[in-house]
Amino acid sequence: MNAPLLSVTDLRTVFDTRAGRVCAVDGVNVEVRRGECLGVVGESGSGKSVTFASVMGLVRSPGRIDGGAIIFDGRDLRTLTPQQMRKVRGRDIAMTMQDALTALNPALTVGEQIGEVLEAHDETLPSSRGARNAAIRERSVEMLSLVGIPSAESRLRQYPHEFSGGMRQRIMIAIALACRPKLLIADEPTTALDVTIQAQVLELITDIRAKLGMSVVLITHDLGVVTEHCDRVMVMYAGQVVEEGPVREVIGSPSHPYTKGLLGSIPRLALRGQKIKPIEGQVPDLIDLPAQCRFYSRCTLRQDVCKSLISMREATPGHSARCVLVGKDRP
Amino acid sequence: MSLGKLIERLIQLIPVLLGVSLIVFVMMTLTPGDPVQIMIGDQAVTPEQEAAMRRDLGLDRPIVERFFVFLGNAVTGDFGTSFYHKRPVSEVIAERLPATIELSLVALIVALLTSIPLGVLAAIRKNSIFDRIATVGSLLGVSLPGFWFGILLLMLFAVHLHLLPVSGRIGYSAEIEPITHLLLIDTLLRGRFDAFLDALSHIILPAITLGLPMTAILMRVTRTSMLEVLRQDYVTFAEAKGLSRRRVIFRHALKNALIPTVSVAAIETGSLLGGNMIVETVFGWPGLGRLVVESIFLRNYPLVQAAVLFYAITYVLLNFVADILYTVLNPRVKL
Repeated sequence: MNAPLLSVTDLRTVFDTRAGRVCAVDGVNVEVRRGECLGVVGESGSGKSVTFASVMGLVRSPGRIDGGAIIFDGRDLRTLTPQQMRKVRGRDIAMTMQDALTALNPALTVGEQIGEVLEAHDETLPSSRGARNAAIRERSVEMLSLVGIPSAESRLRQYPHEFSGGMRQRIMIAIALACRPKLLIADEPTTALDVTIQAQVLELITDIRAKLGMSVVLITHDLGVVTEHCDRVMVMYAGQVVEEGPVREVIGSPSHPYTKGLLGSIPRLALRGQKIKPIEGQVPDLIDLPAQCRFYSRCTLRQDVCKSLISMREATPGHSARCVLVGKDRP
Repeated sequence: MSLGKLIERLIQLIPVLLGVSLIVFVMMTLTPGDPVQIMIGDQAVTPEQEAAMRRDLGLDRPIVERFFVFLGNAVTGDFGTSFYHKRPVSEVIAERLPATIELSLVALIVALLTSIPLGVLAAIRKNSIFDRIATVGSLLGVSLPGFWFGILLLMLFAVHLHLLPVSGRIGYSAEIEPITHLLLIDTLLRGRFDAFLDALSHIILPAITLGLPMTAILMRVTRTSMLEVLRQDYVTFAEAKGLSRRRVIFRHALKNALIPTVSVAAIETGSLLGGNMIVETVFGWPGLGRLVVESIFLRNYPLVQAAVLFYAITYVLLNFVADILYTVLNPRVKL
């Protein structure tokens, strides 16, 4: 029972492009425990979305999973047939996307888009056509009410464009949660929303997580969101995990220079007058990476030893980082 | 769809029809050749007889006067008398119309039933052998001239293989009492299955010839819009919901991908009208298209004018139908 819900080991996802092989996810380990909320941060192209698209089995050509194991609830998802994987998607692992406006189908009613998930997965539904439809309808209304859509009954017949941005986001969450998944992967759930709605949507996810007892992976580049809503956090850079641990520790005493850099580049009212310190340089090209620390070219603390492969080192129990300075006296 | 919008559309039709009438009238008059001379042929007639014929047809009047007489009569539904048939033009057209409608409908159905599945298949198997063959095929379909392709089909299936008849709409042995005037339907309504098969064998080749360019174009449009739609987030989200592949492709992707296909299909249906003239001539199909071609050769002014007006009305109405279908497929658009 104490086994983690999701355990990804040494995942490699590559994209074969004309310019060469892009290793978007390179040896990533992820662990999501039951009931917890894991934050995944990193800039665009760090591999955070591709990692979880790999978990869902939704990596599109020319991308493919090149190695690793994805153990979910005791089963290796990589060994499942496409049919078995379809039964996992939407039922056991659900996903929400960044922008509900593009994720909801403009040509289908909201009722149909919720109902079809239930139709596909819910085995408790009655078999007779009429009773089945009535049950699906009832469950759909229930889900829309759960995410706070008023007069859900009549809104089932409406199309996505007839809702506001915040409501669309809620509808997408309702769709994802319709089959009470064990794991929700929320890919930047608030990026497309304005600030007041952002807070509401995150509250909603946190609330429902507590109600349904599910685990949540929150992919974001907002460290503030992570601090407030997550139990643990994983920082990704150039296709690798560079730091992970309990939120309080990682944010309070970051071990990796990249995490420090991220935290240093957040504008804060308390530090008014001081300049924001951006991380100098560019993310490395993911084609033909040299076997060295990925952050080498941008790191202010680099040493000669960083020109070799660096593994994760434990700073404190449960908190580790991919840096040679971990565990040594700070310079 | 409100009644107001419908009336607005019908009012928009008026300037279109006026313009079309004027252009056709002027073009027919400017075309070299004189209907009276063509009717006379090499018979011996006195100049008085010729003048009388000209007077009977109303061709002795000035062209401007003739145009307004035509307009005035057309408004009351009188399109004049066919020079050649000596009967009201509307009557002659009405006789020939069902054959053309039947041929166009079958061509449209054939085109839709083949192009959409082929387009979807080419999109989901992008860059496969099938996709490449379909691409070459559609290029040929667009560029082969209808009269040439029709003759090729005739040579193969009618002349060499003797599988299908060479021309006409139905064999003489299969006379049936008309109900809808569409033979494929009438034969079934009358319970004459043998006659149905006979009519079907007559319509296959002309319908394929007529529908070929449309099939090719619609296949390309469907493939392109399908590829575009398959990249959309809502398709990924539908997959993330664990739906069956069939549901993702046909319910989520195709419903959106069909929006451009339907618009193009409506416009292309209009172009079937033009294709009819060639195909009906090649296959000896007794429809309006062939009648118009014959009438142009005979300088049968009233009939050509009425037929072209009819084409114009059909074209505008088809666009109207396309708009309605567009709103059905795309709930974001309201007329």
